[in-house]
This record gives sequence, structure tokens and C-alpha cells, in this order.
Amino acid sequence: MSIFKYIPKNIQGYSMNNIFAVYYHEKVIDHYENPRNVGSLDKTDKRVGTGLVGAPACGDVMKLQIKVRDIQVDEQGRIEDAKFKTFGCGSAIASSSLATEWVKGKTIDEALQLKNTDIAKELCLPPVKLHCSMLAEDAIKAALSDYRIKQQNAQKELEEVNNTKMNE
Amino acid sequence: MCLIFYFSAQSTIPTDLSKLGEENILVEKIDGRPLYMDAQATTPIDPRVLDAMLPYMLSQYGNAHSRTHAYGWESEKAVEKAREQIANLIKCDPREIIFTSGATECNNIAVKGVARFYSEKKKHVITTQTEHKCVLDSCRALEGEGFEITYLPVSNTGLINASDIEKTISSNTSLVSVMMVNNEIGVKQPIHEIGELCKSKGVFFHTDAAQAVGKIPIDVNEMKIDLMSISGHKIYGPKGIGALYVRRRPRVKIHPIQSGGGQERGIRSGTVPTHLVVGLGEACEIAKNEMKYDHEWMEKLSNRLLNKIMNRIPHVVRNGDSNHSYPGCINLSFAYVEGESLLMALKDVALSSGSACTSASLEPSYVLRAIGTDEDLAHSSIRFGFGRFTTIEEVDYTVDRVIKQVERLRSMSPLWEMVQEGIDLKSIQWSQH
Repeated sequence: MSIFKYIPKNIQGYSMNNIFAVYYHEKVIDHYENPRNVGSLDKTDKRVGTGLVGAPACGDVMKLQIKVRDIQVDEQGRIEDAKFKTFGCGSAIASSSLATEWVKGKTIDEALQLKNTDIAKELCLPPVKLHCSMLAEDAIKAALSDYRIKQQNAQKELEEVNNTKMNE
Repeated sequence: MCLIFYFSAQSTIPTDLSKLGEENILVEKIDGRPLYMDAQATTPIDPRVLDAMLPYMLSQYGNAHSRTHAYGWESEKAVEKAREQIANLIKCDPREIIFTSGATECNNIAVKGVARFYSEKKKHVITTQTEHKCVLDSCRALEGEGFEITYLPVSNTGLINASDIEKTISSNTSLVSVMMVNNEIGVKQPIHEIGELCKSKGVFFHTDAAQAVGKIPIDVNEMKIDLMSISGHKIYGPKGIGALYVRRRPRVKIHPIQSGGGQERGIRSGTVPTHLVVGLGEACEIAKNEMKYDHEWMEKLSNRLLNKIMNRIPHVVRNGDSNHSYPGCINLSFAYVEGESLLMALKDVALSSGSACTSASLEPSYVLRAIGTDEDLAHSSIRFGFGRFTTIEEVDYTVDRVIKQVERLRSMSPLWEMVQEGIDLKSIQWSQH
């Protein structure tokens, strides 16, 4: 039965990468298998902004944190560190990993310019996974807005302290 | 002829383990193909089945319906032998077996065929919310034709209560359709009770037994089943073949879906594929002879997997009733880990997060929803399906991979972090998107 001799060769020639390439782009697999900037920053730190977006019921939750350099040290207020944790599919993990990579070293205004379409394009996300890139954009925005609120509150506190000192 | 199996565990064990970060799995090199742990989707063909089929794919190619020559006669003989093999397995008369293309077609013929035939007098069908898509979709189609359908809810363990069916049966009811073993959570429904009930009420009883035939003992007379769907590729037979059991006494009449030459008693026209039928027959005979052994093997494997996983990882929930289920199907929810990402991490094990028919959509399983699983847990479910050829080494390897990857993904999960900090996830106002 010589025809059967060919079967094992065909089976062995079928590599794992080929199987996954059908569903995920290699960039998604790269970020998923080797995620950048996983972890947490101290959320009580005034220079840290935390964004938590998504919902467990929808199958995606992203937590993205940014740490901005002290304005006295760096006038532009560049983002010196970014971390993420994600509950979600491979594309969601890849989107948030890429987002942290991109915001690092950017100013807040530059970071606000990041678009979900850029993330989707970079990772070659299929239409059913586009919401992952939108969620990543939301996470960046939420983290930046949290940072701004913290800074404003800190400013107010500072002013109040100054006022009370002046009154005394 | 020598057939070599490519399911061995050794071929997929990583040759180079990562020493970089905990999250990094990049350098794990994987050779060969993934282990197969998805026996509810399909099973590999048993080499004995293939051996039985080969002559009918090569030299004995006659049309079983040809009455004028030896080619036809030998094929017809083979088809009738297969009919007997199937009948022996489910303890019915061979004349009650109708060959079809698979369980989906059987379910279509049974549900639509019976409902349409008796539609002048009775226009009500009862089924459950956890049925296979093909039954639910057939029912939807009937609804479009003016039938009334009751989709009964199940308990949070996945079991249907026979008294719920009793309350729903009316003089207008023609058919009750309840699956024997669920394809996603492995729950065994109380078929005896439902069969008895339907008989006493004079209602036909159909059961989708695609996941049950050859795996648990079935006696259609004792269980009072009127129609039963059987699939070839779930019992180590070929794909593209199934059989529908249709009771002769009292006779169940069916409105055929397919028009044609009137083969298979006019219920399913079209040339019977001899080689596939022979394969199904052989698969049924093997299943009958080895059912006890296979079942014990499934129990051994599932206990091993459950014990190891439950002892090593916290916050794992088993979906479905553990006392009334087929041991070869285990559905687990790993809280705070998303199922699809876990499947992606377990790329050297072929697993599924539920039914293969619905895995293309992003929605969580409707079966898990029906048993009231929390939506976040429904997103975290994975189905482990064992088969006749699954080895202990494969189970152990899978368990090790699962434990490692669940830990890795939890270390990346914001939900896990919040739970560790003592935050109640239900108290948080989540932003929907």
C-alpha cells in the first residue's frame, strides 16, 4: 500500500505556525507570547494614571497605567512608564501590549493622538477583533484622564494649603 | 497494512523551556501536531473501521440499490449487515434504521418530519434550551411555518425536569425532543423518565443521541424512544454518515425532507454510501463490544484530570451536573482567565471552548447561559473531550500545560489582581462596549 507512505510526510509538514496563522497575525502572536510591560504601577502615586475599561461579561477587561515624569524635571510631561494587565483574547492582550509600547516616551498630548485604527492596522486585526483595538484606545484615554484628574486635585490641594498658610 | 497513530504525547513536549519572564512562552518550540482533546467535536476513525471500509472504496463499488447484478447485491448485503450492527447496539429492529448524512440531518428529519406530518391535528413541539443548534434551528424553522414551540429551561446543573415537560404537554403536542448527552457539558438527561412520560401522554419522543450512542448503554424499547439520531464520526466512524432510528410499532410517520428515488423507506432518498454505512456499522459493533472498557477508561481519565486541576488551581468551576454526566466530556470554567486566550496558550493541545458549531462567534456558549453560568465564567470555559485513544500521558501533559498557562494568564489578568486585593468584582460599575 504505497499510497499510505505519503500520509506521515504530509502530516509532519504541517507546522504549528501555519495553523495559527489562519486565525492570528504573527504580530498578535508575538505580543501575546511575549507581552511587553505586563504589571502594575502604584495607583496611589499622583504621577500614575490608571484606566480600567471593558467588562468581564463582555469577555474583555483592560487595565492600563501610565507614569508621567515630574513636570519640574520634564516640562513636556513625557510618559516614562506604562504597564497593563488584560483579561481577554489574544488580540486584546496584543492590543494593550502594543498600546503600552507606543505611549512610552510620548507626551500626554501625543498619547491622546493614538488611534484604534493605528493599533488595528499594526496588528492586522480582523473585523471581529476590531473592538480590542478600540478598547485599547479607551484604556489609554481613561488612564490619561485619570492622571489629569489626579493632577488637578493635587493642584487644588496645593492651592488650599497655600491659602491656609497665607491666612495664618 | 500498518497504520501509525500520530497522537503520541512525546511528539509535542517542548524541547526548550523558557527562562525569560513568567509571561513569556515564545521560545517553547513545538514539534509535530497538537494533542487531541476535542472528542465531542469529532473522533479519529478507528483503524478497524477503516479496514472494514476499504474494500467498499476500492473493488466493491456497486450501488446498493442495483438489483440486476452482483455488484449491487454485494453492496446491499454489506448495507444490511451494517443496519443489523447498529440495531444490535441500540436493541431495535434493523428495519427501523434509516441512513442519513449525519446527526444534523437526522435531527432535521425527525423534528421537521414528524411535526409536519401531524401538523393538521397537532401543532406544538417541546424541546429544551440546551439542545444542539440543529434541533433549535429546525424548531425556529417550524415556528416560521406556524408551529408553536416550547423551549424548556434546564436547571443550573443542566438537567431537565420531567415534570416540567409533563406540565407543558397538551393535546396539541406532537413531539418532544430532548438530547441524551449534551455536547458541551456532557450532562445525561433522564431519558427513561421522559420516554415513559411521552408514551403515557401519546406524544412522540425524539432524542439526539449523537454524543451518547456507543458510549452509554441504550435500549430504545426500554427507554421508550420513538426517534433517535446517531452520528458516525462521534463513535470513531467516518464523517458524513448518520442513522435515524424510527419506531415501527407504533409506527412513527415522517414527512420526508428530501425528494428522490424513495430509498430508505422514502424517508431519506439518495444512494446509500456503502463504504460509510459499513464504517458506521463496524464502529457500532466495536463500540458495543468495548463499551464497558471504554467507559471505565473515560472515568479513569476524567477523574485524573479533575483531581489534578481542582487540587492545583483555585477558582475552577465545573459546568454541568457531575453526577449525571458522561465522563468523557468535562467543561471547566477558569475564573478570571478568558477562554480564547487560554486556548491560544494551549496551542499544543487541541481543545475547544464549546461547540465547534458556535466557536466562530464571540458570544459565550448558549448552553452555559441556559444553565445560568455567570457571563464572565461563560467566557472562561474550556471543554476537555477524551476518546478511546486518549492516553494517561496526554491527560497529564494537558493538565500541566493548563495549570501553567492559567497561572501565567492570571498573573496578567486585572480581574485576578482585583480579587487578590479583596475587591468584589460585582461591586464595580463596568463600562460596557
